[in-house]
Amino acid sequence: MAHATTMNEVERYEAPLTPGWGKLMMWIFLCSDAMSFAGLLAAYAAVRMGNPDWPIPASKLDVPLTAFNTFVLICSSVTMVKALSAIRHGNRKGLAGWLLGTITGGAIFLGIQAFEWTHLVVHEGLSIQSSLFGATFFILTGFHGSHVLSGVIYLSCIAIKGVRGGYTNDNNSPVEIAGLYWHFVDLIWILVFTFVYLI
Amino acid sequence: MTTRETEHAEPNYWMVWVALLILTIVELGAAKSPMPRVAVVVSLCALALVKAALVAAYFMHLKFEKYALILVVASPLLLSAILYIGLVPDAITHLHWLPH
Repeated sequence: MAHATTMNEVERYEAPLTPGWGKLMMWIFLCSDAMSFAGLLAAYAAVRMGNPDWPIPASKLDVPLTAFNTFVLICSSVTMVKALSAIRHGNRKGLAGWLLGTITGGAIFLGIQAFEWTHLVVHEGLSIQSSLFGATFFILTGFHGSHVLSGVIYLSCIAIKGVRGGYTNDNNSPVEIAGLYWHFVDLIWILVFTFVYLI
Repeated sequence: MTTRETEHAEPNYWMVWVALLILTIVELGAAKSPMPRVAVVVSLCALALVKAALVAAYFMHLKFEKYALILVVASPLLLSAILYIGLVPDAITHLHWLPH
């Protein structure tokens, strides 16, 4: 009884901050991850501004193809919110279907990125050692790509549990938390695409 | 753990998707526009930030979260902003080196 009273006290005090510890922890992780990307992008900006011979990105990179990849990732964010919406309405088939769409979007993104990297390395001779342009490009897109790959694996685990009936309309917090991660990956790509490909 | 505590009217996700799509097309157009380079860079940064804000507000539901959580999320962004403000003097000095 005393324990229950104590827990109620804890919940009363944590309530103003967050609806759940899992969600709060994911937000804190995303904040720290955002700082990592902020550091990388700031380093990219500093290196680029210090090099007057920096190549025009559009002359080296396939901007239309990457714009399509951006479109794919944005679409996968929509399918992710629809997956959460589905399970919140108790629709398990909807959850599985929309999650499959999200995972497929992530896989397409990775496939196109792999194609782009292969083309740059084999045909353009660009590598992480060839120039500062190559180093910053591969580090930034590679760090982001590793996030996408992690997200695809993460969402696959969520989907498998969802198919097995692990989530209901009242128990779906892990889907929401995984969604936060996926949208963050999308958000970061929006910035990387602008700074690395367009500017 | 239930997520019902944060229940709110569901945003129109397709409208957000359309907005993001339109902003991406505008970005592609702005990147090739004949505007002065400074204006292009500022426009592209602004468009990217608007798109990022849309994703955070609607897809990540930050718009509907409790104020304290929004503050937790905003605090590292403030630090990031300071990081980028530190680059402004260099940017002003070197902006003419950016490709036209």
